[in-house]
Amino acid sequence: MDLKGFDRPDQPSATGALPAGSRSVKVMIAGGFGTGKTTMVRSVSDIKPLTTEETLTQASIDVDHLIGVTDKQETTVSLDFGRIGLNEQLVLYLFGTPGQERFWFLWNGLFKGALGAVVLVDTRRLASSFRAIEEMERQDVPFVIALNVFPDSKEHPVEEIREALDISPHTPIVACDARDKASSRDVLIALIRHLKERSAAVLESR
Amino acid sequence: MSGPHRPRDPSGLERYYVLTGGRSGPAGPAAGLDVATLVITRGARTAPAPGTQYEHVPGMQHEHEEIVRRCRDPLSVAELGAHLGLPFNILAVLLTDLLEADRVETRDPIPVSSPSGRGPDLALLEEVLSGLERL
Repeated sequence: MDLKGFDRPDQPSATGALPAGSRSVKVMIAGGFGTGKTTMVRSVSDIKPLTTEETLTQASIDVDHLIGVTDKQETTVSLDFGRIGLNEQLVLYLFGTPGQERFWFLWNGLFKGALGAVVLVDTRRLASSFRAIEEMERQDVPFVIALNVFPDSKEHPVEEIREALDISPHTPIVACDARDKASSRDVLIALIRHLKERSAAVLESR
Repeated sequence: MSGPHRPRDPSGLERYYVLTGGRSGPAGPAAGLDVATLVITRGARTAPAPGTQYEHVPGMQHEHEEIVRRCRDPLSVAELGAHLGLPFNILAVLLTDLLEADRVETRDPIPVSSPSGRGPDLALLEEVLSGLERL
């Protein structure tokens, strides 16, 4: 760390320029509304989390009528995201998916090119993440389940939760505190290990 | 324009219309852009000779110049969108212009396996893992 006065921890973006040769990978943070997606993105990100808008392509605004449009149509969706510098060349982007179910049809494009996903689950409201899990399975996105432990969460045996969520025995289920950086990092590590195992299994089967 | 003016569009759609010349989505080289695609200004590292400027591209808007300026170091499409306050589709149109004018280059996120069936990339996963373990 230099002492030239440029290092401003409160403004990581001021010093967070990526090296010229950088490449990126992306991981999606999914789950029902209020399960802690944005919290997790915030806790592990190197940069202050930002919000960007993704626009729906298949229902893109009709240009001919654009000027006459008085109300913004529901064609954009906000994505909270953060970034983790993994090494000199590689940067990981984390995108928190929108929780509102009316945006689910957007997800095809969102998951394209992602290494995998974390599906956050609030054990007090398991059902709120059902759709997220279904979507991962439908799009064949590898994922891990992260049980975000809230202060008043009851202890549930993992197998009970696996059964309730109808999750394959191969899909890891880990507990976490999305507010905690180390805990959120461990969830990402669990995801990457899971991806490695899957890859190894595919290679072996050839 | 005659008659009363409609109140300024709070959603910014008019601004987008002007910015993109009415184009509603990316085409051509930017069609595959991802929110995690990195954008890098061309020639940012090989500084132009003193006094020379990049040729002004006709039709280049302030937002195009902003992108060129901000992407001297690689920046994701998502970060650009957040910094410039532009949604993805609009940004993709502007990036198409810049790609066609050869002012920027883009690098898509590395997928873990290619659609061509090149197979899972264990080396990449290993790299991601060791990066996370250092956090």
